[in-house]
Amino acid sequence: MTNILIVDDSASMRQMVSFTLKGAGYEVEEAVDGADALAKAKKKSYNIVITDVNMPNMDGIALIKELRSLASYKFTPLLMLTTESGGEKKQEGKTAGATGWMVKPFNPDQLLATIKRVMS
Amino acid sequence: MSFDMSQFLQTFYEESFEGLDSMEGNLLNFDVGVVDAEKINAIFRVAHSIKGGSATFGLKEMAAFTHSMETLLEKIRSGERQMTTELVDLLLQSVDVLRAMLSANKNGADGVNIPVAALKSRFDELLKSGDTPAANPAPARTGAGEADAQQTAKGKSQHWCIDFIPRMSLFSTGNDPLRIFRELATLGELETRIDLGKLPSWDDMDAEQCYLAWQLQLRTEHTEAAIKEIFEWVESDCRLDIKCIDSAAGAVAKTEVASKPHPVETAIAAEPQKATDDAKDSVVKEQKSAPAESASIRVSIDKVDDLINMVGELVITQSMLGQLGQDFDMSKLEKLADGLTQLERNTRELQESVMRIRMLPISFVFQRFPRMVRDLSAKLGKKVELVMTGEGTELDKTVMEKIGDPLVHLLRNALDHGIESPEQRQQAGKPATGAIKLNAYHQGGNIVIEIIDDGKGLDRDRILEKARLRGLVGSDEVLPEDKVAELIFLPGFSTAEIVSDLSGRGVGMDVVRKNIKSLGGSVEIKSETGKGSKFTIRLPLTLAILDGQLVRVGEGTYVVPLVSIIETLQIKKKYINAVAGKAEMYRLRDDYLPIIRLYETFSLVPDQRELENGLLVVVEAEGQKAGLFVDDLLSQQQVVIKSLETNFRKVTGLSGATILGDGTVALILDVSSLIGAARQQATNRGRPQAA
Amino acid sequence: MDSVEVKNTNDAGAVQNQYLTFVLAGEEYGVDILRVQEIRGWDTVTPIPSTPDYIKGVINLRGAIVPIVDLRTRFKMAAIEYGPTTVVIVLRTNGAKNSTILGIVVDGVSEVYNIKTENIKVPPQMGQEMDIRFVHGLATIEEKMIILMDVDQILTSREIAAVDKLVA
Repeated sequence: MTNILIVDDSASMRQMVSFTLKGAGYEVEEAVDGADALAKAKKKSYNIVITDVNMPNMDGIALIKELRSLASYKFTPLLMLTTESGGEKKQEGKTAGATGWMVKPFNPDQLLATIKRVMS
Repeated sequence: MSFDMSQFLQTFYEESFEGLDSMEGNLLNFDVGVVDAEKINAIFRVAHSIKGGSATFGLKEMAAFTHSMETLLEKIRSGERQMTTELVDLLLQSVDVLRAMLSANKNGADGVNIPVAALKSRFDELLKSGDTPAANPAPARTGAGEADAQQTAKGKSQHWCIDFIPRMSLFSTGNDPLRIFRELATLGELETRIDLGKLPSWDDMDAEQCYLAWQLQLRTEHTEAAIKEIFEWVESDCRLDIKCIDSAAGAVAKTEVASKPHPVETAIAAEPQKATDDAKDSVVKEQKSAPAESASIRVSIDKVDDLINMVGELVITQSMLGQLGQDFDMSKLEKLADGLTQLERNTRELQESVMRIRMLPISFVFQRFPRMVRDLSAKLGKKVELVMTGEGTELDKTVMEKIGDPLVHLLRNALDHGIESPEQRQQAGKPATGAIKLNAYHQGGNIVIEIIDDGKGLDRDRILEKARLRGLVGSDEVLPEDKVAELIFLPGFSTAEIVSDLSGRGVGMDVVRKNIKSLGGSVEIKSETGKGSKFTIRLPLTLAILDGQLVRVGEGTYVVPLVSIIETLQIKKKYINAVAGKAEMYRLRDDYLPIIRLYETFSLVPDQRELENGLLVVVEAEGQKAGLFVDDLLSQQQVVIKSLETNFRKVTGLSGATILGDGTVALILDVSSLIGAARQQATNRGRPQAA
Repeated sequence: MDSVEVKNTNDAGAVQNQYLTFVLAGEEYGVDILRVQEIRGWDTVTPIPSTPDYIKGVINLRGAIVPIVDLRTRFKMAAIEYGPTTVVIVLRTNGAKNSTILGIVVDGVSEVYNIKTENIKVPPQMGQEMDIRFVHGLATIEEKMIILMDVDQILTSREIAAVDKLVA
C-alpha cells in the first residue's frame, strides 16, 4: 500500500490533504514541520513525501535536502506544496532534490492527479 | 470527487486566530532597529499560511489581502526592505482586519465594514514605492482542471514530435522518465524511441545516472501547454524540444524550452476591489471571536505520546494481573498486591495525563495584553511598561476561556485608575514610566495570577466615604484597613472620578469577583496609598475535578466543594435564633447565618433533627454565608464532576454528581443556589403576614 | 386477529422489528430492542431531591450518571415491593437535543418477538390508568395483546420543564 507522509505546519491544510488521500485509499501520516518529518522518515520509509515550504524549525527545502541525502530516500518522490509565486522557490526546491511541486490553492482532484503521476 | 472542504474550515479559523495572536505578539515585541530574522520569518509564515488556507477555502478577498501582506513581508525577509515603525503599525492593523474578516466569515456575516480595501491599497502603494514594481499576478492556473478545459476547446488531433534528452542527474530528484511517459500516454497515442547513444560501457556505468534519451511521437487533441505541463518538473533537468508536425495550418510550431522558470502563479487573482466608503482609515471594531466558541483543542505531541506510553503500561499491568488470576493460589498473594499497587499508579498517572491534555499555557490569554496596554496607555497619555512572567504556567482550557475578561478588566483598571500621568508620577518622585506586572504560577492545586501596579494605590478615605454615601457601610462603623479595600468588590461600587471611556461603566469589580467565584476561585486586593496595588487571583487548575468534603445526611452522602467551606462547628443552642417564627439563624461571632437543614431541603430522613446533636458546615458563596446542618463529616477527597444534565436535567441545589470509590453516586451541592434559596425564604418568612 | 408472529420467522419482504417485552402489573409491554442497552437487576440508587416520585434516583452506569424511572409510578399504578424478578431495562432515548440514557424499573422481562410493522395497530383511546402518549401501538401475539411503548415519551422535556417550575 502506498504510504504518504504529509508535512505542513497548518493543521487545516494537513487535514484536508490527509482526508483527500485517505479517501482515495492511501495510507497517510502527518508531520508538523521539517524536523518532525525527518524524524518520522528516519524511523519508517514512506513511498511519497509531500511537504509545505514555509515551516518553523526546518523548512521544506531543508527537509528535501536532508531526505535526499538518506539512502532510503534517494529516489523517493518528494513533492513541494507551495504558494510562492516566483520560480525562485521551485528552483531552490529542485536544486535541493524535489521531484516536483503543487501550487496552492489546489483542489482534491488535482492533488490526486499529481500523486498518481509520481506513483510507480 | 465531490468534496466538502467546509469541514476543515473550523480548523483553519482556529489556527488562523492562533497565528494572528502570535503575529501580534511578535509585532509588539519588534525592535525596528534590529534585524531579527526569526521574528520576521514567524510573521511571514502566518501571513503565508492564511493566504494558502484562504485561497484553498475560496476566501478570495482574504487571499488577495494576505497576498499583498506576504509580498511586502517577503521583501523584508529578503532584506530588500527595512521594517519600520510605520510598517509595524500597518501590520498590526492588518491583524485586526484579518481577525475581523475571519470572524465575519465564521459567523456568516458579510463584513462590509471591515476596511480591507483601504489597508490593501496601502500595502500595494508601499510595494509600488519600492524600487522594483510589484509583479502583476498572472492569471489563475489550476493544473488538471485547466488541462481538461483545453482539451474540450481543441477537439482536433495533432501530431507532436518530442525530443527528450534528460541530464544524467535526472533520477536524483526522484523523477522517472517512465512515469512521465505514462502520463503522456493518458493524453493520446504515444510512441517512444530510445536513444542509447550515450550509454557507456558496462564497467563505467553508474546505475544512478540517466544515460538515455528519447524521441516521442504523440497524437493528441491536447494543447502544447498540456504536454509541457507534464515535463514541468524536469524542464530544468533536460533538453526538451516539442514540435507540431501536422497542425491544421500546416505550419510547424516549435518550442525550445531552456532552463528558465515557467511562469506559474498562484491562483489568488484578486477579485475587483470595491472602493467602498470604508476607505477611510477607520479602526476595526472588536469583532474578535470569543475563544469560548472553539470546541476543539490542539495538543502537543509530547502529551499524546505520554498518554500512549501510559496506556501501554496499563495494558502490561492488566495482562500481568490476568495471568496471575488464571492459576491463583495464596503463595502469589504478594505478587497480586504488587500488581494492584502498580495498577493504582498507572491509573493515577493516566488520569493526570488526561487532565494535562486540557491544560494550555496561560500565554494564550496573556499575549493579547501587550497590545491592549500599548493602545490604552497611548490613549490615556500615560507611560506604562508591562512585564509578564510565568506565561508558560498551564491551566485548564475552560478556566482559561473564562478568565480572560476579568483579567482585561483588572488590567484596564490598573491603567486607568492605578497608574498616574507622567507629570503626577514625577511630582510624587516616581519614574515617569509606570510598571504593571502580570505574573502567574502554580501553588498547590491552584493557579495564582497577580496583577501588580506601582500607581497611586487605593484612596481608602474616598472609598469609605462613598460606601457610606451608598449605605454599604454604617455612618459610624469603623472598618479595619484591609476591609476597606474589599469594599470595591461590592455591587454597584465605582470610584472613578470621571467616568472614563475605559472603566467605570457600571461593569464593576463585583462582576469580576462574581466571575472568578463562579470558576471556584477567589480574588483579593492589597493596596498601599502612593505605592500601588496588587490583585491576587486564585483559580482551580481544572473544572473537571474539585476538592470536596463528603458529608452525610441520613443515608445519603453529599459533596460540598471545599472552596466554599469556611469552617465546621458544633452547634451551640445559645447561638440559635429563630427570627420571626420559623426561619432559624445562627450567630457566629458578629454574623447571623441562616441555617439550612439539608434533610428538609432534600426531604431525607436524618439521624438528627435536634440542631445541637449535628454539625454546622459554614459555607460562603457570592459573599453570602449560611450554615448547612448535616449529620456527620466524612472524608475529604478529589472528585470528578459529572453532569446530571447529560441524561437527565439540572436540579436546583445541585451542581452535579460524582462517583465514589465504591461505585455509588454522590451528589455535589450547589452552595450558591442553596444560600440564595435560604436567604429568600428567610426574608419571606421575616415579612409580616399578609392580611 | 391473525397477525401471529412466531419467533424467528423470516418472512421476506415484510418490514419487521424485534421487540423486548416485559411485564408490568400483569400486562405485557414491548420496547424496540434496538433501544435496549442492557438489562440489570435492581440495585440501590442515589435519590435526587426535588424530583417527581417516579424518578427513583440515579445510578452509575460505567461512569455515566443515569436516571432510573419506576414505570409503575410513572403510569400511576399501585407500587409493589421490588422482588427477585424486578429488573432495570436501560434504554437509549432520543430527546429534543440529543440521545440520552435512562433506566426503567419493571416487574420482570418476558420475551423477544419479531413483529411486522403492518401488524402494529394504532392504539384505541385507553382508560385512565395509562396515558395514550406512551403507547406507540398494539400488537397481538399468541392471542396476547402487547402494548408497544414509545420510549422517547417516558421522560419528556415538557414534563421536565413542568417539574422545574414546580420546584422553583
